[in-house]
Amino acid sequence: MTQFLQALVEGLSLAAIYALIALGFVIIYKSTQVLNFAQPALLLLGAYWVVYFATVMRWPFWLAVVMAAGLAALTGIVVERLALRPMVGKPVFAVAIMTIGLNTVITVVALDLLGIDARPVGAPWGLDFVRLDLFGGSLIITHRQVAALITTVVLVAALLAFFKYSRFGLAMRAAAFDQEVAVTQGVSVVVVFAASWAIASVLAMIGGVFIGATPPGLDRSASIVALKALPVVVIGGLDSVAGALVGAVVVGMAEALTFTYQPTHAAFLGRNFAQVVPYLVMFLVLLVRPYGLLGTKEVERV
Amino acid sequence: MRRRPGLIADYRSDTAIFRNNVQRFWLIVLIVAVVFLGLGATIPVVPGLVDFSLKGDLLLLAVTAMFASIGAIGLNVITGYAGQVSLGHAFFLGLGAFTAAVLGGEEVTRQVFDLNLGQQVEKTILVGYGLDMAIWLPVAGIVAAVAGLVVAPIAFRLRGLYLAFVTLGLVFVGEHIFKEAKSYTGGLGVGRPTAVPSLFGFRFDQPGGVFGVHLSRQQKLFFLGLILLVVMALIAKNLARSRIGRALAAVRDRDIAAELMGINLARYKMIAFGVSSFYAGIAGALLYSAIGRVEPGSFGLLLSIVYIAMILIGGAATIAGSIMGAVFIIFLPRIVKWMAGLWVFGFISESPTGGLVNLSQVEQLMFGGLIVGFLIFEPLGLYGIWIRIRNYWKAWPFSY
Repeated sequence: MTQFLQALVEGLSLAAIYALIALGFVIIYKSTQVLNFAQPALLLLGAYWVVYFATVMRWPFWLAVVMAAGLAALTGIVVERLALRPMVGKPVFAVAIMTIGLNTVITVVALDLLGIDARPVGAPWGLDFVRLDLFGGSLIITHRQVAALITTVVLVAALLAFFKYSRFGLAMRAAAFDQEVAVTQGVSVVVVFAASWAIASVLAMIGGVFIGATPPGLDRSASIVALKALPVVVIGGLDSVAGALVGAVVVGMAEALTFTYQPTHAAFLGRNFAQVVPYLVMFLVLLVRPYGLLGTKEVERV
Repeated sequence: MRRRPGLIADYRSDTAIFRNNVQRFWLIVLIVAVVFLGLGATIPVVPGLVDFSLKGDLLLLAVTAMFASIGAIGLNVITGYAGQVSLGHAFFLGLGAFTAAVLGGEEVTRQVFDLNLGQQVEKTILVGYGLDMAIWLPVAGIVAAVAGLVVAPIAFRLRGLYLAFVTLGLVFVGEHIFKEAKSYTGGLGVGRPTAVPSLFGFRFDQPGGVFGVHLSRQQKLFFLGLILLVVMALIAKNLARSRIGRALAAVRDRDIAAELMGINLARYKMIAFGVSSFYAGIAGALLYSAIGRVEPGSFGLLLSIVYIAMILIGGAATIAGSIMGAVFIIFLPRIVKWMAGLWVFGFISESPTGGLVNLSQVEQLMFGGLIVGFLIFEPLGLYGIWIRIRNYWKAWPFSY
């Protein structure tokens, strides 16, 4: 029982991280119809700035995060302006491949800055944990997991409120719904594009901080974790914010439960099987619902 | 009328492989030049100043480039001609490579102490049947093609972006399987020796005389690659200009319109997937057979991206472009190394740690940068650049 609860806790904290990255993905997709494969690279680069400010410059962690968020937003805007803007109107597929190219370039830069060894992000909660004695076992909840969960809940709530109540959020929703109509109503689609890339980049960066806070630290493997946000968005439906959250919980839980039980109960599936579970879940969901759990079904006109 | 050059009056001549005798002539010149390069001749590019020859490791690189071209043609069938984005090419390449390794490789056994019997027993640690190339090469292609056909029904339900995701998942799941099937693949970081390229007793991996000419191991592989590449390229080219090719192009341009015109989407997507993975299987088997060792870790997402880059840089939906792109990408490390030697690029360091950037970083940067650059400035790739140069000189000195 405790083992099960422990798996749920791990799953929730994973889900929190996936949700952040996936949300950025969905925001970009909704407002610009771009499938952003560069999210892992943006995550690495953003999280690197936190590492740099917090452990090299020795700034307070919160200041480091705020500064890194600024830089991450800037990166997002610059990338959008230089690489994605010329591609407006080109086939979706071409743009998606373009982001793969971007991912390669940004990853090289980020890894060069980061170095070969895993580096700590200098998070204040360190490796502290709370031990709860339940059902004759002990449940370990690390401060990092709590922090990830709280941050995600707060950020998601703030973003949803922003989209729902603010004037600019309304503009973003309008642009996502129909770009041309939005333009005629006086929405600056260009600013919406820049804003969605900035938001996505910052969300990825925060996800990266939590990945980096997991021992051993931030290194190149963070991009593999970030890639698992892709099955998350597909499971939820590419254009659904709620779907991204549902997908994150599904994938996080599936991964954590597999990680806990598969080595003892289904060892023949091999080591690190939990790493491919998100993709298998994605196959299953797509077989049943080709547009994801909450995605809108595409209506084709001939 | 019929003798006027460049006049295209019917569909037949529009889809002909060669528009005129000039093209035939230059293709023959190109093939002859490649054959001479393979025999070790030096070709003066600018007489007296620049000459080019395939010596030492360049020859092996050229062999790799030709086998990779076959794989790139395969990816172009599905992504270029049929317009279905596949990020799963690495999986099919791997499947071909390991099928070939299992069928054509040698069995590896080791003496192990059995605790139950209390004595040394012979245990198979790597499965291998040591079959002939005439068997392992086609079977590698067929196994990959069957895997492609298994994936295709999912692909039929999905379109565009969702398909890219499924094939992305395929790479990760495939990589996991390759890593775990240790008795077939040798396991992560270890790998296994690959299939022996021996056709009816003729060894491509040993030096020897052919028709009285002494050829080195690389030269033999080079000519094997050249023949196979020409054959496979011809098949693909003919496929592209046949009924199937036209159907695939219709599916790519507007699948719903294609369906309304009576094109069976499921059928043609199956064909595209099957052909594409067949090519990938063959390419994977040959590539790693030439290198001699295959390791499960090399079939990750990066390999798929490399192949996507090949067809993008070369030119989507062109056979010549696939070959140009593959050759370019395979030679990219050498180009970067050559660049590092020039004083303009003095900031590129040859050691992995020193300098502003090192070789492999420049390689990665160029790789990503080229994808981005070609998509923005020349979506038709190297092939498009070639067409533009050709058209410019055709009309020279007039602009029209």
